[in-house]
Parts: sequence; C-alpha cells; structure tokens
Amino acid sequence: MCVAVPGEIVRLADDGTAEVDFGGVRRVVSTALLPEVQPGDFVIVHAGFALHRVDPDEARQTRELFRQVLDESPS
Amino acid sequence: MNLLRDTGPSGPELVSGLVERLRAYRGPPVTIMEVCGTHTVAAARMGLRGLLPEGVRLLSGPGCPVCVTPVDLFDQALHLVREAGVILATYGDAVRVVYSALDALALAERNPDREVVFLGLGFETTAPTVAAALLRARRDEVRNFSVLSAHKAILPAMEALLQDPEVRIGAFLCPGHASMVLGAKAYEPLAERYGIPCCVAGFEPVDVLAGVLRLLGQVQGGEARVENAYPRAVSAAGNRTAQEALDRVFQRAPARWRGLGEIDGSGYDLRPAFAPWDARRRFLQGVRFEGREPAGCRCAEVLRGRIEPAECPLFARACTPQRPVGACMVSSEGACGAHYRYRRRADG
Ligand code: SF4
Repeated sequence: MCVAVPGEIVRLADDGTAEVDFGGVRRVVSTALLPEVQPGDFVIVHAGFALHRVDPDEARQTRELFRQVLDESPS
Repeated sequence: MNLLRDTGPSGPELVSGLVERLRAYRGPPVTIMEVCGTHTVAAARMGLRGLLPEGVRLLSGPGCPVCVTPVDLFDQALHLVREAGVILATYGDAVRVVYSALDALALAERNPDREVVFLGLGFETTAPTVAAALLRARRDEVRNFSVLSAHKAILPAMEALLQDPEVRIGAFLCPGHASMVLGAKAYEPLAERYGIPCCVAGFEPVDVLAGVLRLLGQVQGGEARVENAYPRAVSAAGNRTAQEALDRVFQRAPARWRGLGEIDGSGYDLRPAFAPWDARRRFLQGVRFEGREPAGCRCAEVLRGRIEPAECPLFARACTPQRPVGACMVSSEGACGAHYRYRRRADG
C-alpha cells in the first residue's frame, strides 16, 4: 500500500539516513535512492526509503492541472 | 510554503466539479484498467464505480503484489522456515514483519547465528529498496542475509494484457508510485504501439477522478498518449538512482503471474554477482513445489479484468475477508477484498 503524503527532511545523518517529519510524526528513512536531498526538502517515502523529492513547482503544477481538467474535460 | 497543505489538493468544490465533469461524459464506451493496489482501494473506498457515466467501466488489473504471486512462492517461503530454519522477514503479516528491507538486514546483523531471508514482493516501487538493501549487504559483507525475490515488472504485464484477445482494455490508469521510479515516459511505447491512452494518477479521490477524466478526454478525442496527472510525485524520467540500483542488482527473467501465466522479462531475479544473497540459489536448488490454486476461486480472471469480483460465485458467500478462499480476498489491496469492504458504498 502506497502512502502518498510527503514528509519534510529535518536532518541528514552521515550513515545515509535522514530524519523525516510527517506532520509531527518523525521517522528515520534511508536516502540511498535519493542521495541529493537536503534538509527542508519534501519527499515521498516508500518502504523506508525516500524515493521522490517533491519540487515546489511540481506541487504548483498540480493545482494548475486540476484547473485545466475542470476547464477542458469532455462534456 | 507548506507543501503538506499545498500539494494535497482537496476541497469539496473540486471533487464535485470533477464528478460533474465525469457525469457529463458522452463519448464512446470504454473499459479503463488500473494496475495498482492502492488505486483499487482508493476507487472502492470512494465508490468511484457508482459515479462513472454509462458505458465507462473501471477494472482492477494485476496491481496487488500478493495477488499476482503464484501459490508456490509461499510454499517456498514456508519451506525455508520449516526445513531450512531461517527467519523469514517481509511486509504485511507473514512471519516477521518489517517496515523496510533494511530492517530485515539489521535483523540479520543482530542475529549472526541465524539466516534471515527477506521475501521480496512488489513492483518497481519496492524492488529498488530491496536492491539498496542488497547493495548494502554486499558492501558490509553480511552473509546471513538473503532475498527470495518475487519482484515483478509492471510494464510487461500491461503489455501481456493488451495482447490477450479475451481482454479488452481501452485505457490504462497507470500506478502512482511505481511510476515515481519508472517515470511517466516509461508508458510511451505502450501508448504508441497499442494506441492506448495512459494516464499516471495519484491516490486521493481528486487524483483518481482527474486521471479518469484525462483518459476519457483522450478517448473522446481519439488520442493515445501518456499524460501525467500526478506531477507532484512523478517526473517524466523517474528516479534514476533507483533505476540504477534495480539494474545493478536484478536482471529481467521470465516470471509466472497468477492469472496471467508466464510473461517474458517480467520478473526481477538477482544477478549472478549476488548469488551469495539469493535465497533461491542458496536454499531452494532442486526443490519443486506444486502450488495448487484453491478450488472454485476465480482470482485468475479477476486479475485479468475478465470478471468483476462480484461475478465470482463464491464472492461474499463462501469467500469473505474473515474466511478468504483466494489471494484477491486475503490481501487488503486485492480487488475482491476491496470490493467486499466498500461494496455498500459502491452499490449505492
Ligand atoms: S471472491 Fe474469493 S474465491 Fe472468488 S475470485 Fe475473489 S478471492 Fe477468489
């Protein structure tokens, strides 16, 4: 089951893990598959690994996309 | 900016706007298939089937990792526990529950006198995490850790379904998180070769609705391309580091799927370089298993989208989540289980 809520990188450790804050709940996750992350980044985590860095622009695109779907979907 | 708030599009107006759009569809009839267990659950939970316009069907495909894994894999896992005396670790509720493959590796390091086998299930979302654990095991020379890989590639299964003359799929709702690794571009060959509209979608009700609407827009316009309705989690190229980890550790091999049979290049087997960490090579050489499917269970047809769960004569009668007959009812992501749990809402 996939959890889609992004968490915020709080702190990087030198063993390839990071502390991630999910709206108050903190978890240690591996950054082995997303080595470029920095504190403050929002990431999507799956099975204990950060897998995707949420780009603020992409987040904005999502809003844009919903507006588009509403404007031009079939009817 | 608060990404938690800003990325989670919500709001009743948005949902009702999307539902209104959906209801207004007047294009040709079409069968949409989703191939992701999380989509199965999301669609069932929100009662999406009840919202679809006439002529539009949404089917669940082979997106539940436990459901598509042939019975004999679980026989192999049991054999490892009973005969080889290993500690078996996996997600979910089989034997020793771990949150991550790295937890299983840590378990091995804490128990140097025991063998720890991680049962690797799932598609491209989880397979790279297991690859990362194996790379770590090799680097740290952890010898009492191994993986029984049943990892599968989703694209060859989607292609096999398109080639099956008995299955008629008009559009694919592509998985949210496997696509996070693969990238949205990965579906382009499918869209081009088979003229099939594809749309990557997330898991919130609005995400699923937007994905379905995008697909209907393509169907109505006679188009077949790849759209990405989940850009906040999925990029065009995907996660390269994860792709590299997959490629370093695994090689593609033919694999058997419940319902779909053997599909070329659809399995992730450990490369020979990782033989010391390959539970199949280490413990299961020459051991054969029958793996019989339970009598009367029609999971195989459910997984191919040939029937809906309710069309199985055992559904909600002999087969319920409390007393499941087949894997599609056992797993929380299975189509039968999801349909059962949310069926009142879906019917109403
Ligand atoms: S309802 Fe039960 S028996 Fe029927 S296909 Fe689903 S899991 Fe198998």
